[in-house]
Amino acid sequence: MKAAIVLFPGSNREGDAARALRQAGAQTSIVWHADHELPAGTDLVVLPGGFSYGDYLRCGAIAGRAHVMEAVRRHAARGGLVLGICNGFQILCESGLLPGVLMRNRDLRFICKRQHLRVERNDTAFTRAYALRQPIDVAIAHGEGNYEAHEETITRLEGEGRVAFRYCDASGKVGGAANPNGSTNDIAGIYSEKFNVLGMMPHPENLIDPLVGGIDGRGLFESLLRAA
Amino acid sequence: MKARVTVTLKTGVLDPQGKAIEGALHSLGVEGIASVRQGKVFDIEFEGANPETAKAALTAASEKLLANTVVENFRVELL
Repeated sequence: MKAAIVLFPGSNREGDAARALRQAGAQTSIVWHADHELPAGTDLVVLPGGFSYGDYLRCGAIAGRAHVMEAVRRHAARGGLVLGICNGFQILCESGLLPGVLMRNRDLRFICKRQHLRVERNDTAFTRAYALRQPIDVAIAHGEGNYEAHEETITRLEGEGRVAFRYCDASGKVGGAANPNGSTNDIAGIYSEKFNVLGMMPHPENLIDPLVGGIDGRGLFESLLRAA
Repeated sequence: MKARVTVTLKTGVLDPQGKAIEGALHSLGVEGIASVRQGKVFDIEFEGANPETAKAALTAASEKLLANTVVENFRVELL
């Protein structure tokens, strides 16, 4: 699998994404935001975490309009895989590749901690290595992770099974105190209509080494390599 | 030509920053503040003198970038 990780000014988790992908067996390359084309044969585009353009104007707003996003759009339109993590999820929403918007955390604080997510479906290119409804232990680090959208959009997302992950506790119980940012319906990640684009606020790429205290993030990358 | 674009949150969109500012004003003893919602102002110098062209360009700028129309409204004024 050939993965192209897009680098914007201010992105900071491209190295972590590359490490997780290489551990799973992918070939990775870094693509500069001003490039007009993706490398030939790209299977997966990754929009990594960070603070692209300093979160100026709105998180992901300027990155969402970068030249390279036209190539990412074409890649997604022909069924190519796209994974947006944290700022990457914000960029996907700002670019229109996913619906809705990530707003400021309800309690205003930047939250950096371990976080459990429930895997809502395990039949996509991103989640086949997980069990259905499995709680996975990963991490979050964001100030603007509160997923909001028009009511009709939320209804459609739920109806079409496009919620990828929900915030939960260690036992898999969703919501309440386990929702760190006020996201509608405890949504931590969503899929596009054809399930080839995934945007998620948490960081699976940082929980792949026992040294850090957990390897639940590996499943997402292993799933992707199986899909290749 | 001077123009100003004002971007505000749509009614009903949660604004925790506005609430925090409201709380701070109360703490400071400023009387009579019932609520605060925070927006953004862009002061733009537009080349040329045609108001119609300016309005059209700034509306496009707002729809394409300055406002996220999922949650924000915008207003274009020529000054």
